[in-house]
Amino acid sequence: MLLSVEKITKEFPIQKGLFGTPTAYLRAVAGVSFDIEAGEVVGLVGESGCGKSTVGRCVVGLHQATDGRVLWDGKDIAKLSPEERRTLRRRFQMVFQNPFSSLNPRQKIEDVLLEPIAVHGLFRPSERAAAVQELIEQVGLSSKDLQKYPHEFSGGQRQRIGIARALACQPDLMVLDEPVSSLDVSVQASILNLLTKLNRDRKIGYLFISHDLQVVGYISTRVLVMYLGVVVEEGRVDQVLKSPRHPYTQTLLKASLGASVAVKGEQLSPAQVVPGCAFYNRCPHAESRCSNEKQDFQEVDGVWRVACWKWHKIG
Amino acid sequence: MGKVLRGVDLALEEGQTLALVGESGCGKSVTALSVLNLLPQPPMSKTAGRIRFEEREMDGLSELDWRRVRGKEIGIVFQDPVASLNPVFTVGDQVEEALKVHLGLTVAVAKKRTLELLTQVGLPEPERIAGQYPHQLSGGMCQRVMIAMAVACEPKLLIADEPTTALDVTVQAQILDLLFQMTQKSKMAVLLITHDLRIVRNHTDRVVILYAGEVVEEGMPDDIFLHAQHPYTEGLLAAMPTFGQQGKPLTSIEGAVPSPFDTLTACVFADRCPKVQEKCRKEKPLFESEKNGHGVRCFYPSKK
Repeated sequence: MLLSVEKITKEFPIQKGLFGTPTAYLRAVAGVSFDIEAGEVVGLVGESGCGKSTVGRCVVGLHQATDGRVLWDGKDIAKLSPEERRTLRRRFQMVFQNPFSSLNPRQKIEDVLLEPIAVHGLFRPSERAAAVQELIEQVGLSSKDLQKYPHEFSGGQRQRIGIARALACQPDLMVLDEPVSSLDVSVQASILNLLTKLNRDRKIGYLFISHDLQVVGYISTRVLVMYLGVVVEEGRVDQVLKSPRHPYTQTLLKASLGASVAVKGEQLSPAQVVPGCAFYNRCPHAESRCSNEKQDFQEVDGVWRVACWKWHKIG
Repeated sequence: MGKVLRGVDLALEEGQTLALVGESGCGKSVTALSVLNLLPQPPMSKTAGRIRFEEREMDGLSELDWRRVRGKEIGIVFQDPVASLNPVFTVGDQVEEALKVHLGLTVAVAKKRTLELLTQVGLPEPERIAGQYPHQLSGGMCQRVMIAMAVACEPKLLIADEPTTALDVTVQAQILDLLFQMTQKSKMAVLLITHDLRIVRNHTDRVVILYAGEVVEEGMPDDIFLHAQHPYTEGLLAAMPTFGQQGKPLTSIEGAVPSPFDTLTACVFADRCPKVQEKCRKEKPLFESEKNGHGVRCFYPSKK
């Protein structure tokens, strides 16, 4: 398995006592597990504050999980030696949401792309210039653009540069954190086409993080729906998006099509401790049982699982 | 001198909801600001055209008169609710202010009316919320407060500039439903400005597609969604991903929106148009409407 995530939990201290010891925690991710095989595209969808970006950052090692394990190629990343970590690191890359703040404004694009190649010692030094040229063309920009600085590009072009930078390491998995949400719909389409092509031609797997169910549904084969730190539904895209079983997924799907929704209110704060189902306060089907019982996954059909005890009554 | 808008015509009837749709940089927000005489001058100014509101010419109006119109006869909801509210006053105070200034209500009456308004926009425990500051409320709650403020004086026109863009999708749907309900009750006209075609289909009477400061297509939602005629509208619709079309490449619109500093003597979309012809690069197409009000600015519109 290329990537395995086993019951990761991530807590951030939000209040500190007299000597700087944390006294209160915000639980951004509470026991999330999933696997990604080589070349697979998995979508992670949810609203702001549900912990999806934190999961992404734990996966590439930008955050260390408070509990649980992240395995790259079967190896626990918390236990790797620095050398092993660097070697494996190359294969797990990240593309960030904001193409304006994720590029160094003082670095020419050529240097942006050369740096990861040099760090990981890819190619012979004499071949690197050619490699960089190939990279920039692969993401649909021209070799003339290599001499420019980030401010000379539009948002869509910068996102292409962010993708080229990740590609420079020849990764096996890319974590894409909201890669198209700051872009106009016409530009978004061209980035999605580029990503689809890269996945097909180079067999790179993606963890595609987005708040937009339609985008995730378009690009992924499997999807995880997150709400307040937990996965509430997962399965193949054609299962989950055709007839979602969890009330939250149903709401999300309706809302993404511009239809009215039955839910009230907003997501609770992750700093609150919820004894039962996290969606309880908004769910149109809630009963008293939902408020005090943690929801375990129930199998709907094969990989299709849902964390709601009432799923067969509300489908 | 740059030109952000290049002759935009809009007409809105009582009780109607008109959606103005376009991508970033096409002039949507500048249109809204022009209608309210809120353009930051300098650097911007309205160089041509006129605005009429209820048969009144608005161009000669003094700033003092404008203040009586804004907030009273024309309400506005901006994109970022947290930034549009004043952080040092409670939200109750801010809703009350509009009532006291525009309608001359006494403090006691204004307080009572504020609570009614907060209830109307679906806020739980209005008494408690009225005493809170914007940073204590979530984005969705702040936007409900903004809507309460905007409709407090029962304006005849409500301008909503990307009212849901900063919000989560499930909250977005609630806010749109709320806006829709409020307008149905009071016959308020709404100018809904958005970049998201998906949200306009269920909530609007007419849709106007703006591109590079020009109206390129206008019609009923069904005209736009089912029988789009302008290549730009077609492109926008085809670019929207849905999970049914996996594997099929999406149609993207190559190139970028022209800059306001470009002099455009031909069709504004010619450089990016997949169906461009010689004529499109030389002459400017006129906006032509059919009988049913479906209009398009294109020499070679799609006929279906």
